[in-house]
Amino acid sequence: MTDLLTHGRLQRWQAAVSAGAGVAVAAGLFAITPMQGRADFVVVGYACAVAGYLVTAARIEGRRQAVDRFFHALIVTAVATCLLALGAVLVYTAVRGADALKPSFFSNTMDGVGVRDTTGGAYHAIVGTIEQVLLASLLAVPAGLLVAIYSVEYGRGRLATILRTTVDVMTGVPSIVAGLFIYAFWVLGLHQGFSGFAAAMALALLMLPIVVRSAEEMLRLVPTTLREASYALGVPRWRTVLSVVLPSASAGITTGVMLAVARVTGETAPLLLTSFGNNVTNTNPLKGPQSALPLFVFQQAGSAFATAVTRAWAGALTLIVVVLVLTTIARLLTRRNRLAT
Amino acid sequence: MQTLDVHVADEAPPAPPIERLGDRLFRWITTGVGLAVTILLLVVSVFLLVKAGPALSKAGVHFFTEKQWFPDLEPAKFGVAALVFGTVLSSVIALVIAVPVAVGSALYVSEYAGPAAGRIVGWLIELLAAVPSVVFGLWGVLFLQPRMIPMQRWLAHHLGFIPLFKNPDNQFGGSMLLAGVVLALMVLPIVAAVTREVFAQVPNELREAAYGLGATRWEMIRTVVFPFGRNGMIGAIVLGLGRALGETIAIALVLAATYDVSFRITRPGGNTIAANIATKFGEAGSIGRSALVASGLLLFAITLVVTIVARGVVTRQARFAEGRP
Repeated sequence: MTDLLTHGRLQRWQAAVSAGAGVAVAAGLFAITPMQGRADFVVVGYACAVAGYLVTAARIEGRRQAVDRFFHALIVTAVATCLLALGAVLVYTAVRGADALKPSFFSNTMDGVGVRDTTGGAYHAIVGTIEQVLLASLLAVPAGLLVAIYSVEYGRGRLATILRTTVDVMTGVPSIVAGLFIYAFWVLGLHQGFSGFAAAMALALLMLPIVVRSAEEMLRLVPTTLREASYALGVPRWRTVLSVVLPSASAGITTGVMLAVARVTGETAPLLLTSFGNNVTNTNPLKGPQSALPLFVFQQAGSAFATAVTRAWAGALTLIVVVLVLTTIARLLTRRNRLAT
Repeated sequence: MQTLDVHVADEAPPAPPIERLGDRLFRWITTGVGLAVTILLLVVSVFLLVKAGPALSKAGVHFFTEKQWFPDLEPAKFGVAALVFGTVLSSVIALVIAVPVAVGSALYVSEYAGPAAGRIVGWLIELLAAVPSVVFGLWGVLFLQPRMIPMQRWLAHHLGFIPLFKNPDNQFGGSMLLAGVVLALMVLPIVAAVTREVFAQVPNELREAAYGLGATRWEMIRTVVFPFGRNGMIGAIVLGLGRALGETIAIALVLAATYDVSFRITRPGGNTIAANIATKFGEAGSIGRSALVASGLLLFAITLVVTIVARGVVTRQARFAEGRP
């Protein structure tokens, strides 16, 4: 406070002028020294502008206020960096993908398509992704819900501690390791070979902890009074859980499930080891290698040919749209969730 | 999305006085599924161990000291030394870049922005978390790599006296630095989300007390928010580390895979355990695949330790925030 009593306040015009002076210094530097380039100028100009602004602030307002302004500037820069990065990823993918996407992308497969052909599409991969993600959800969602119910309703004692640790450990399992688990267990150990179902199991391993976590959190939020009202009507515990507690938590649980689906839809690493990839359509998830959209993008991206890379961009855009739509719907559902405050 | 939901044993929900047959069945079923999940994870881990066996017994101690990766040659020569080094190096670079940015944006949301702006920024950072890693990889190779070459050249020419940036071959491309930047974008949302949650738990009374003593906003952050959220921030960083260590596809696409141990992060080359599994799996023979499984086992062990450490730190923060000992 002493600073404000003994020092003046930095006026807007003073800040603007000093920042402008910083940019002018940067322009001077670029004129005289060998520095050049548009991106470089933006960076150096920004740094000089902030420096000029801070020097003026220090002279007028004193050191403590200038330090405060310095960190404010740093924090705004951090946010700008985040948004810039997000923008760069989304816009570049959208632009390259929009160029590459054509209707045939969704109806053709890679059957007999050479590396330089401009034909070819991802029909087979989209079929694979839909089947694998559906199967994974069928495995992970019921199991995750039951685990969450156990943990909330009965979760005391040693087994509960072990189970909670297991779920914790599963949250930290890298996706490629989830793939290796199923590869070692199902593909090699039980001699089942590569298949869409193996991929679904690996994805389910990744989904399970997300579903358990969000369901647990939501179930805990259900007001005790709701349960008591149900018990008072003579409803047994299991029916209370299934028809009172679960429905009240359903919005939050749906959000968790959708976030889990969004996450595994974009997973590539576990599929490499479990569904392996395929150029032709394999509609049977139980038998034989199957492609998937992320896998398709990865394989096309690894090629040195521009035609393949174009297909990769088309796939990437499709993937990103699907994942972002799922995430956004999940977020919108949260807003309608009356339990989450 | 990993968040800070640690439940320190809370009270059981009320139950009716009589447990009927249906209730007992229900309890058995849910307990059974819980047990099954635990056992399944155990069985699967055992299979991983068994399938790693052939390669481990073939390589012996050299598995940890050898840098090259030729498991299918005769005589086989393979080990994880270079891979472990690359995994750790790329993750450390990623954290060095991501943590300040993530903490900065978390501070923006909790201390600077109004509720509306804060929600929008939080939502946008969450979108970054939703971008699939294969898209990050594709973007990293085709967008970021050419644009980062001038920057890396500048580092090598002007800061080349620091061994880290030295680049005697004067070649630029898929370097550890590029991989680190791409990884940084991928761990940033997690670190930002967890630190944001921690900062949101700081009691407003403490903030007001600091302002009342005449602190500027930054002084308040330094003396109140950071000390209060220290454990949570450490936990967030360790969670980010766990994510970075296991990232596969983006690294596999971005990095020019070589098997050497070098701190020269502007030079193309290096490799990580996870990326090596992705790139070598297709062409590997039976010993080769066993070797990849063995390296994956090691990665699992590393991330296991990291996850447990992170959990411990975050739990401490949760207890602290709730005012429990």
